[in-house]
Amino acid sequence: MAGADGDDSLYPIAVLIDELRNEDVQLRLNSIKKLSTIALALGVERTRTELLPFLTDTIYDEDEVLLALAEQLGNFTMLVGGPEYVHCLLPPLESLATVEETVVRDKAVESLRKISQEHSPVDLEVHFEPLVKRLASGDWFTSRTSACGLFSVCYPRVSSTVKAEIRQHFRTLCSDDTPMVRRAAASKLGEFAKVLELDYVKSDIISLFTALASDEQDSVRLLAVEACVSIATLLPQEDLETLVMPTLRQAAEDKSWRVRYMVADKFSELQKAVGPEITKNDLVPAFQNLLKDCEAEVRAAAANKVKEFCENLPEDNREQIIMTHILPCVKELVSDTNQHVKSALASVIMGLSTILGKDNTIEHLLPLFLAQLKDECPEVRLNIISNLDCVNEVIGIRQLSQSLLPAIVELAEDAKWRVRLAIIEYMPLLAGQLGVEFFDEKLNTLCMAWLIDHVYAIREAATCNLMKLVEKFGAEWAQNTIVPKVLGMANDPNYLHRMTTLFCINALSEACGQEITTKQMLPVVLKMSNDQVANVRFNVAKSLQKIGPVLDNVPLNSNQRPVFTRCSFNLHTVFNYPSTNNKTATTHTLLQDIY
Amino acid sequence: METTKLPPSSPSSPTTGFTVPSAEKVDGFPRRSMRRARQRRSHSSSQFRYQSSQVELTPLPLLKDAPVAELHDLFCKKLQQCCMLFDFLDCVADLKGKEIKRAALNELVESVATSRGVLIEPLYPEAIKMISVNIFRTLPPSENPEFDPEEDEPTLEASWPHLQLVYEFFLRFLESPDFQPSMAKRYVDQKFVLQLLELFDSEDPREREYLKTILHRVYGKLLGLRAYIRKQINNIFLRFIYETEHFNGVAELLEILGSIINGFALPLKAEHKQFLVRVLIPLHTAKSLSIFHAQLAYCVVQFMEKDATVTEYIIRGLLKYWPKTCTQKEVMFLGEIEEILDVIEPSQFIRVQEPLFKQIAACISSPHFQVAERALYFWNNEYILSLIEENCQVILPLVFATLYRVSKEHWNQTIVSLIYNVLKTFMEMNSKLFDDLTASYKVEKQK
Repeated sequence: MAGADGDDSLYPIAVLIDELRNEDVQLRLNSIKKLSTIALALGVERTRTELLPFLTDTIYDEDEVLLALAEQLGNFTMLVGGPEYVHCLLPPLESLATVEETVVRDKAVESLRKISQEHSPVDLEVHFEPLVKRLASGDWFTSRTSACGLFSVCYPRVSSTVKAEIRQHFRTLCSDDTPMVRRAAASKLGEFAKVLELDYVKSDIISLFTALASDEQDSVRLLAVEACVSIATLLPQEDLETLVMPTLRQAAEDKSWRVRYMVADKFSELQKAVGPEITKNDLVPAFQNLLKDCEAEVRAAAANKVKEFCENLPEDNREQIIMTHILPCVKELVSDTNQHVKSALASVIMGLSTILGKDNTIEHLLPLFLAQLKDECPEVRLNIISNLDCVNEVIGIRQLSQSLLPAIVELAEDAKWRVRLAIIEYMPLLAGQLGVEFFDEKLNTLCMAWLIDHVYAIREAATCNLMKLVEKFGAEWAQNTIVPKVLGMANDPNYLHRMTTLFCINALSEACGQEITTKQMLPVVLKMSNDQVANVRFNVAKSLQKIGPVLDNVPLNSNQRPVFTRCSFNLHTVFNYPSTNNKTATTHTLLQDIY
Repeated sequence: METTKLPPSSPSSPTTGFTVPSAEKVDGFPRRSMRRARQRRSHSSSQFRYQSSQVELTPLPLLKDAPVAELHDLFCKKLQQCCMLFDFLDCVADLKGKEIKRAALNELVESVATSRGVLIEPLYPEAIKMISVNIFRTLPPSENPEFDPEEDEPTLEASWPHLQLVYEFFLRFLESPDFQPSMAKRYVDQKFVLQLLELFDSEDPREREYLKTILHRVYGKLLGLRAYIRKQINNIFLRFIYETEHFNGVAELLEILGSIINGFALPLKAEHKQFLVRVLIPLHTAKSLSIFHAQLAYCVVQFMEKDATVTEYIIRGLLKYWPKTCTQKEVMFLGEIEEILDVIEPSQFIRVQEPLFKQIAACISSPHFQVAERALYFWNNEYILSLIEENCQVILPLVFATLYRVSKEHWNQTIVSLIYNVLKTFMEMNSKLFDDLTASYKVEKQK
């Protein structure tokens, strides 16, 4: 089927087709990725009669090639002649859906789901549904797991007899004897329930759900928990209690921590799905148990949900539930033995203050915040600090500032640079909430100290932090507090500190405005152009380029011109710096202004 | 199937997951001291909380002092006593109770091991119940989600002082001359075996060692369970390969399988061939291959020794999954190929020589000298050398260009001298062919 029939325009295509058979995987892969080009050149007819059969035969290839093939075929409808002929794509995708490698299979299923939508209802019954059936009754587990993902896409559009068959197949797979297939079925249970008629949800799905939720393998049971969310959403409130709750209660107390973890992880979704009444009666005690679970994993997952859970409690007695049932557990978690649990809690606990209001926050939550601010684990402290804004709205940050400061200082000097980095990122936020005065008094020194940190990432973040602070507090503040210190570093014996001055200028010039830039920064930059370290000189050039736009139209005096010329020379010849860059262009304009 | 991979761990978000906290990963240098500190901690399973009421144990009279008539009754009472579970995370809790249970277990072990006539039918359900209550539990989440069995110390089971004796008892029970499979099979059923297999995921190597011997005995004595055990091991492996990539007991299970394969009847059943092709060969793709490679290679070679016709499947399978970026794995693959070639039948060798030696040539030109070296060592193996000699006409043209080029280019002197030896061997094998190839190589080069 090589396309070399004398027509020169087909030659590249012939090459691609030959490469589909090449020994080198990379070449085959490249060719497969251009499959649509090949198909386009061949035309719909030959794509159907020649290319697809050929591809169906090459299924025994490397997984990488198969993956690319599976993906391509999902977009092939127009290339085989439109929806009328889309069923031609089924044979190759069917074989791909039975391949061992999970990613290939998943991609094939994804493509099959995609093209199923392009089938007419008749074609769906004549071509697609038989394929699903074949997969569902395949010998090896791979084809059966693939089938699980296909039921829900064809179910809504087929006749009622076929629907009954599909339900039967799904039932069979839910009790398959390999756990792999049961897992696949369980993971699609929710999706399948959504397309079923309500009566069948009650009669079929519920029994399958109950069976899967009490499977002998915990990996199956935990997937049933996921399905529980969708199923509960579908059922009318009055049926939930009898049909879903017994299973859910059992899952929340499952002997495997993985299942309990899943319940904790899906708690907010479950809560929304079952509604306020059941939440009050059932989920609150279940949640308490999860918060007190013996496995740290489960406690942490539950702790993560504390805020969301409380938020979604019915408003009429939300406060009472939180105060009497949830808060006592939360208090215990603050001093949990596991740091992951504490840090999960710390990331959401501040959110409770908006729900509980000012008085409760001061009386009950504040002590917890303070305790966590003093926690031995930096992550816990960071999580508290990063969420300060929630508390600020309710009680004002002043309440915390006494304990906040030592915590910040300690994090700012932490031995681990990532911790320091994290706290720097919260500085602008903190500064905004604590106000200029407090900042100048307590935090300014820290911010300046970071500029001479021995880790570059910290110095870089500190520079960026200064810029944000200037944006917050204004140019005048910058001129008085920051700029003198930054410029002072230009005379530091350590060249890295001198470079930091340049980086700061790069970041600050725009925020500080033309006047400060021209009068204070520019002279320093120009003076540094004579630095003995080449790297500094190079960065002077880059700085000039950066601050160029700010300086625009400012007349330069005669002392300054030569520096620009020299720097421009540096940039273009010595360092081969790309002159196509926009900002360099600005420097160019500047230079033209000079001459 | 994302959801089956638990717990989710995303290093970027500090709020979820149980990775090493970002603060500790800091500059990419794991803090050895910190990790050590946690490794020492042992872990207790979540089973303890399921015991609602804790009754105090009272010591019973010694088994050896009991009159024969009361022996069985006392044995049974001791078994019941041993169903009590203790909290081992709190090492000072209920010391007296722990000691009583330990002593009772010791006595039970000794009694089953040494005295005859103890194991009578009514004791079976009690014994199996005691074993089940103690050993079957949901394994706790791993302390260290990035646990690397080669680098890190495993987390040890806290309740081991009792657990070990329970395993010991189970083993003695199975090995006792009085043991009656016909009675045991009512209690050691499929569900029991499934739970036993799940325990192989234990991080504690001592536990896995016991489990291995025990499962082996169960497989040996309870014939009705054999097919089921094989099927469930298959499922564990398939899940390991295609879903989780995590299971601590792969090596132990393979070790058991090694001796099972040894006992397969000929001709091989389709089920067994399928196991080889669809489970054992794909196991080579696992990231953690190094932990169980020796056992895996043993299984593969066992299959070949049973039935030479599977050779082609094996070699082509290995070539399909040949590591593309991991040189350590490549060295392991080469090791396995040598083990295979050691026992290969010449007729089978001819069927695979072409693709095989293309791969070997690729390995020889690997810039990683250990890979090249491992491949070149094949020429030190006399049997392989004889196979090469017989098929020199086919093999030499496949490897010649590579050998010639690498001998001129390789950065590592050892490799260069190894290649000279190989070239010399070939020259002695068939000087005519060698000269022809040299000539055509030079012509090719000049183009």
